[in-house]
Parts: sequence; C-alpha cells; structure tokens
Amino acid sequence: MKNRKTGYVPTKEPVTFASKALEFAKNNTVPLMFILICAVCIPLSGFSINYLLSEIVTRISRNSFLILSLLIPIMAGMGLNFGMTLGAMAGEIGLILVSDWQIWGIPGMILAMIISVPISVGLGIMCGKIMNMAKGREMITGYIMNYFVNGIYQLIVLYAMGAIIPIIHSSIILPRGYGIRNTVSLLSMRQSLDNLIAIRISGIKIPVMTFVVIALLCLFIVWFRKTKLGQDMRAVGQDMEVARAAGINVEKTRIISIVISTVLAGFGMIIYLQNMGNLSTYTAHSQIGMFCIAALLVGGASVDRATIGNVFLGVTLFHLMFIVAPSAGTTLMGDSMIGEYFRVFVSYAVITFALVMYETKKRRASSLAGRALAEAQKASGEAEK
Amino acid sequence: MDNKKVPLLEMKNVSKSFMANQVLQDINFKLNAGEVLGLVGENGAGKSTLMKILFGMGVIKDTGGYGGDVLINGQKVVFDSPFDALRAGIGMVHQEFSLIPGFTATENIVLNREPQKANVISQVFGERLDTLDRKKMNSIADSSIDKLGVHIDKDMVVNRMPVGHKQFTEIARELSKDNMKILILDEPTAVLTEKEAEALLASIRGMASRGIAVIFITHRLQEILAVCDKVLVMRDGIIVKETPAADTNVSEITKWMVGRSVESGVKAVKAESAASSGNVIMSIKRLWVDMPGETVRDVSLDVYDGEILGIGGLAGQGKLGIPNGVMGLYEAGGTVEFDGQKIDLNNPRKCLDSRLAFVSEDRRGVGLLLDESLEWNISFPAMQIQNKFLKNYLGGMIKWRDDKAIEEVTKKYIDSLQIRCMSSRQKARELSGGNQQKVCLAKAFALEPRFLFVSEPTRGIDVGAKSLVLDALKKFNRENHVTVVMISSELEELRFTCDRIAIVSGGKISGILPASASSEDFGHLMVSNVR
Repeated sequence: MKNRKTGYVPTKEPVTFASKALEFAKNNTVPLMFILICAVCIPLSGFSINYLLSEIVTRISRNSFLILSLLIPIMAGMGLNFGMTLGAMAGEIGLILVSDWQIWGIPGMILAMIISVPISVGLGIMCGKIMNMAKGREMITGYIMNYFVNGIYQLIVLYAMGAIIPIIHSSIILPRGYGIRNTVSLLSMRQSLDNLIAIRISGIKIPVMTFVVIALLCLFIVWFRKTKLGQDMRAVGQDMEVARAAGINVEKTRIISIVISTVLAGFGMIIYLQNMGNLSTYTAHSQIGMFCIAALLVGGASVDRATIGNVFLGVTLFHLMFIVAPSAGTTLMGDSMIGEYFRVFVSYAVITFALVMYETKKRRASSLAGRALAEAQKASGEAEK
Repeated sequence: MDNKKVPLLEMKNVSKSFMANQVLQDINFKLNAGEVLGLVGENGAGKSTLMKILFGMGVIKDTGGYGGDVLINGQKVVFDSPFDALRAGIGMVHQEFSLIPGFTATENIVLNREPQKANVISQVFGERLDTLDRKKMNSIADSSIDKLGVHIDKDMVVNRMPVGHKQFTEIARELSKDNMKILILDEPTAVLTEKEAEALLASIRGMASRGIAVIFITHRLQEILAVCDKVLVMRDGIIVKETPAADTNVSEITKWMVGRSVESGVKAVKAESAASSGNVIMSIKRLWVDMPGETVRDVSLDVYDGEILGIGGLAGQGKLGIPNGVMGLYEAGGTVEFDGQKIDLNNPRKCLDSRLAFVSEDRRGVGLLLDESLEWNISFPAMQIQNKFLKNYLGGMIKWRDDKAIEEVTKKYIDSLQIRCMSSRQKARELSGGNQQKVCLAKAFALEPRFLFVSEPTRGIDVGAKSLVLDALKKFNRENHVTVVMISSELEELRFTCDRIAIVSGGKISGILPASASSEDFGHLMVSNVR
C-alpha cells in the first residue's frame, strides 16, 4: 500500500495525570519556582498572614497599572517593552511641574497625567519608529533607548528646569537656582487616590479607588483586543509579512502599540508615585521597567504571550518574595541586605531565564518537526512491508 | 457593446526580462469567465513570473516592468501592487501559506476585511477602534466555506490544522471576496492528500460553474486533465502549446514540457565518461532532512567513487535537502557512510574534516563573505579547517596568515576559472552572480576535497558563465579524481555534465537513469510521486 499521507499525525500517547502534570510544570517553570521559594521563605520570615496580606494588597495597587502597560506591545509581537521607562519619565515630569504649581490631590494627579500624555506620545512615536528599524531586536533596542532618553531627561530636569522652564518653589529646586532636587516630596498628594475610597477588612486597608482604576484598565485591554486595531496588532504580532500582504499598515500599527504602552506607563508611574509619596527625581524610573518585566515573567508570561492573569499572579509572587526575603535572609544569614541583593539578582535571573526558555521552546518545536519526519518514514516503511 | 465576445482576461505579447535575461517572451492567451486554465511547465519555465505580472507583484515593477498588455474585460490594466489586482477581482493562492498561525480559520478568511461595529470611542478616535462584528465574520466564513464545498472547521486555529485545511482556508479567503473574478491557484494540491485533492478539484469545477475563471498551476498532470478546459504548456519563457484538455494526455504534455531543443552554448555531446571505479564511496541510507520547503522523507542512495552524480527533480520535492542534510546545515536523520566510515549528521565540521565540501545554493547567505576580499573568500575555509596558508611560529603556538600563499592560490583560481574581477583583493559583493558562483567553486576547490556537493551551480547566471562553471566542475572531477554530486533543477544541464542522474520526487528517489536516457523518461520520474 502506498502511503500518500502528507500531514503527520503524532502517535497518541495515553494522557495520564503524571504526563499532564509534567507538561504543566514544563510550561510554568518560573511561577512554580517562585511559589516554591515563597513557600520556603514565608515560615522563615516569621511574618503574620495579616501583615503579608496587607503588604501584598499595597504592592498590587501600586504596581499593577505599570505592568498592565506592557501587555499591548506583547500582543503586537514587539516583546517586552523596555521602552515603558520612557513613559515613566514623562509621568515624572508631569508630577514635578504639578507639585511646583502646588496643585495637590486628585486634581494634581489628573493634571500630571494630562501633561504626561503629549510627552509620552512623542517619546512613544520616536521609540516605535526606532524599533521598526530594528525589527526582531525590539527588546534590546528599547533597553538601550532608556539610557539615551534618560540622558535627555536629566538634561531637562537638571539644567532646563528653573533656567528655561520656570520652577519657583525652593523645596523642589536646587539652591543654585536651576535643576531639581534629588527628592521631590509628594506628601500632599500621597495616597490621595488610594484613600479616596478606602475600606479596612480585618485591619487590611484596601484602596478601592485604585483597584477600580486598575479594573478599568483591564476592561480597556479586554475591549481593545476585540477592536479592529487590536485584531490588526495580533495579526502583525504573529506574522508581519502576512499582515502586510493583507493590507495592514504594519509599521503604523506597531508604533501605535508602543505609544499606547508608553502613555499607560506614564499614568502607571503617577499612580505608583502617589502611593510612595515622594519622587526620587533621578532614580525612580531607573529600574522600574526591569522590575515590571520581571514581575510579568514571574506570572508565567513569555516574550510572545501575556495575559491579565499573568500580571496579577506575577505581581503577587514577585513582591511576596521581596517582602519575605530580607527577614528570611536575617534568619538564615543574620543579614537583611541579602534580601535587597536578592531582589536585583533575581530580577535579572528571571528575565534571562525567560528569554532562554523562549528560544529553547522555538528550537524544541523545530526539532519536533524533524522527529515527526523520522517517524513518518518509519510508519511508511512498515506500511510498505 | 457585446460583452460576451470579450474575454475576461487576455494577455497580448507579454514579455519580461530580468537584466539581460529574457524569461518571458511573446505570451498570448485568452481566458473566459467560468473557464479553468491549466498552466504547466518545468521549473524556470516562466509560470511564476507570468502570474507575478498578472498579480501586480512588486518584483516585476522593481525590475523594470514588463512588455505587452494585460486586458481585463477588454480594458488595458496596469497593476502597481497586488492590492490593485485584488480590487480588479484577481485572487491568488500562493505556494507558501499566507495565514496568521494563531488565528482561527474565520479570522484568517476575513483578515483585514473584518466587518465592524462603531462605538462611542471609535467615533472620537477613528474607525480602527471599531469593535469586530464576530457574528458577521462567522457568517462570511460560513458562506465562503459553503462556496468552497469542502468542510473545514471555521473555529480551528490555523497552526493546529492539517496542511490541507490550511490550503482550503486560503482558498476560502479568496472566495469570500465579493468581486472575485479570476482565481490563481499555484500548486494548491501539492500539500493535499488524495481525498483532499479530489475535493479541491470538485470545488474548482464548482467555482467555474459560478462564473469564476480559474488559473490552475500544478505538477500533477492528471489533475490538469481532470479539471481544466484548456492546457497551456510553457517552456523557457514561451508558450509551446495551447490545447483543449480533452484532446491531450499525460505523456504528450510531459513531452512538451521537457522536450526542448538543446540550448546554444551547452553542447549535447557528452564528454567521455571517466572510468568510475565502481566502488561505493558514499552510501546514504534512509535519510530524512527537515529543510523547510525541501523536505527529504526517505532517501537511500549510493554514490560511486569518481563519478559525477546528478540529482534533479521539481522544486520543493527535496533535492536541495539532500546535500544540506548530509552536510549538517539542516536537521537530519538516517545513516550516511563515507568511505566506509559513518559520518555524524548535524555536524558540519565533522563533514568538512572528512574532506567533504559543499557549494551551497544560497551563495550570498552561506557561500560567501560578501564584504571580504576574494583572497579571503577563497582561502578562508581551507585556513580554518585544514590549517592551510598558515605560517607556524614557536612550534605552532602562533599561527600567522601566509598572505603570499593566499594571493598565489587566489590568482591561480582567478585564471583557471576566468573570474572577472579587478584584483584578487576586490570584495565579493562587487562581482556579478556568475563570478560569485565561480568564487564559491574556487573556495571548495581550495579545500582539495575528496567529495564535492554542488547545489544549483548555475542558478541565476548567464549562459556563458554556465558552461564555464560546468566545464570547471567536470575538469575538477576528471583531473583530481574527485567525486561530485551536482544538484540542479535544469535537466539539460545535468544530462550534459553527469554520468548518472537521480530524480527526487516527493522526498524520495523516484529513479536513477544514465544521462543518455530520454527527456521523457526523466519527465515521468519527476512527476511520479509529486506530493
């Protein structure tokens, strides 16, 4: 009998619970690793459940918006957007100006957001255009762009503010007459969003309004996926050439995804900083991109796939580890610095691991194709006998 | 106006040349609504170029446009881009799938033509923020799958589909366009199972009965006979035969396809065959190679010491996969023995160490260091692999390049292969295609291999350079007693150069014939298990 079958049908293995569990573990290595670390560290740290819960709630409200801003570029196939830091800088500029104008509380936040939008859009367009020139290397391009734009940011904040852009208040400006101080206090804005509607459940403060804002963003993302633009982004993300052949403007679509991400990151930074209550002018944004990306990856996202669920799982696990690691470190080594050290080390490790995993998966898929060929040959050989 | 008399599509004196290379000449044909036209021809006969002209592909415009006229409904049309062609009602299903892998069949069918619903936000920010109308999307998909007449699951994600369904999805996408008048199918059955192919043929007849004109390109000649009204046979850029399908048969078409008059510049007189010793030098057993587009499924082949073996076959059947797999450039399995010793697959270095060499078909990508000088290009592999052209100091602890020896060897090959260049230090990028090919050969010759794979040595080079390259290969084989395996899509060239010719079809060797066998026999082997 001649076997003309072209499509390879994999031999069906019996799906047992064990094989399913193994497959699950393979696909979720990073989150499982973090659950394990947390499970070891929590008892060592000696924190009460109540304390941990309230800390986690704070961190989720503080960071989620920023991390959610990463989702849209991933959908458009541009990987993890290290360029979100650009938006964070725009948000900071907004906050500096607003606090100089003494506009506090919610109105101040909204005004800062409005100021940040044109800056974010401009930076986003620039970033998107540059990334279009470096297709396939968006992540490293975005990462290096941070350093470049950070230089411009410092130029503006350190020299232009006070000299060209009027800054009046001595609490903000350096004594020499221009440049912004190392720390800008946002005390009068501190947690104004969080406290707008806050309820306490058994001693844990829940910033309802912040969660409402985050929920709105989640809804926006879910809705956005259903729009024409969202569909185009998914198409572009999966195969640029096919999308182009279908008449989608690939370049423009990619730029729009970066612009949206940058604007959202600006808002996210403002929400983050109102929770902190002060702004370290020159360092607040420096590692924000990396921590957000690490958190997202810890939640089980990959370079080409991330969901809202990944965001919340990631933010919980990642920050839970940071809360418990210092005191677990003290218990184990007698040194709390080990926790801080851990924080940076683990972030880099997670990102590296996720990138390696992504490449390995691609390679595994291609070697599967080879194995399929070998098996098809064997099968047809047996059929001929 | 009497529209009935005017054909839907007419091509008048269409011609096309790439640089000085005439690839299409004097193409004339007419196609009426509801007709199915079968287009057949060997690789390089000009089928694809003709379809690219019709579909307004950018390459045509970028290389200087075409001559002659394309008329639709009697009106002359000029397409600047495929989008113009689409607007005029021409649809094309390409050989490669152009589907978004993570989308469902429905999403792919309506790609970028999704029905939308306006909403408050889109009123402000523009219509790209309209939400998709999933209901309408589904109904469009349903109706086009209906028109297709083959059942496919519209909610299945493309990368989980069997290949055949991907093909159907693409055809369904073309059918979903309302103004579709002419549908070009470029080897649609190549990836289908027998059942699926039958279903597709039925579907083509269905389309024709609804008034769609279909241009059907395939290597499976029985299908042409089964479904087409008219057959157009192309060879070397001209239409050699136009006939109603009912009046012909497979062997006639095969004869028209391959039976060409021998090209000038390539003499038909075969050089005296070297006395091949009859010893098997390379034995390939059950080889599979996962090379995209050139999958090798099950190849067993013995190569005799001192011979020139040709490997031919149609594009995409796996002939290129064989050398690429043996030399370790693509993932491969099976066993390959060279001179009695098993060689590791997937390890190019091991192959080179056992003095195998490979001239790749991808000369700009794999073959050359484009921004380096000829000297470097020619000597680099020999230096890297065999420590040639190196001066040793301190007992081999320090190795310096021997620039003088490099220059000498480069000059030697420039002379013997007649590489046209300004100096041996010129950059490889600046040479013409034919001369680049000669550099690739020189590079392999400098390795002084015992066994040489040459893949598509004459692709894209002119006739003069062609015979020079082939002569050089022959000379190298006879004088240095090197076994050569030459892979080429051009049968005439294989017959001119080789002792024996193996034909690959469907990822397997469908037969080995002496070079003196008739074109017709080779033609039959080529299409025997095309899949």
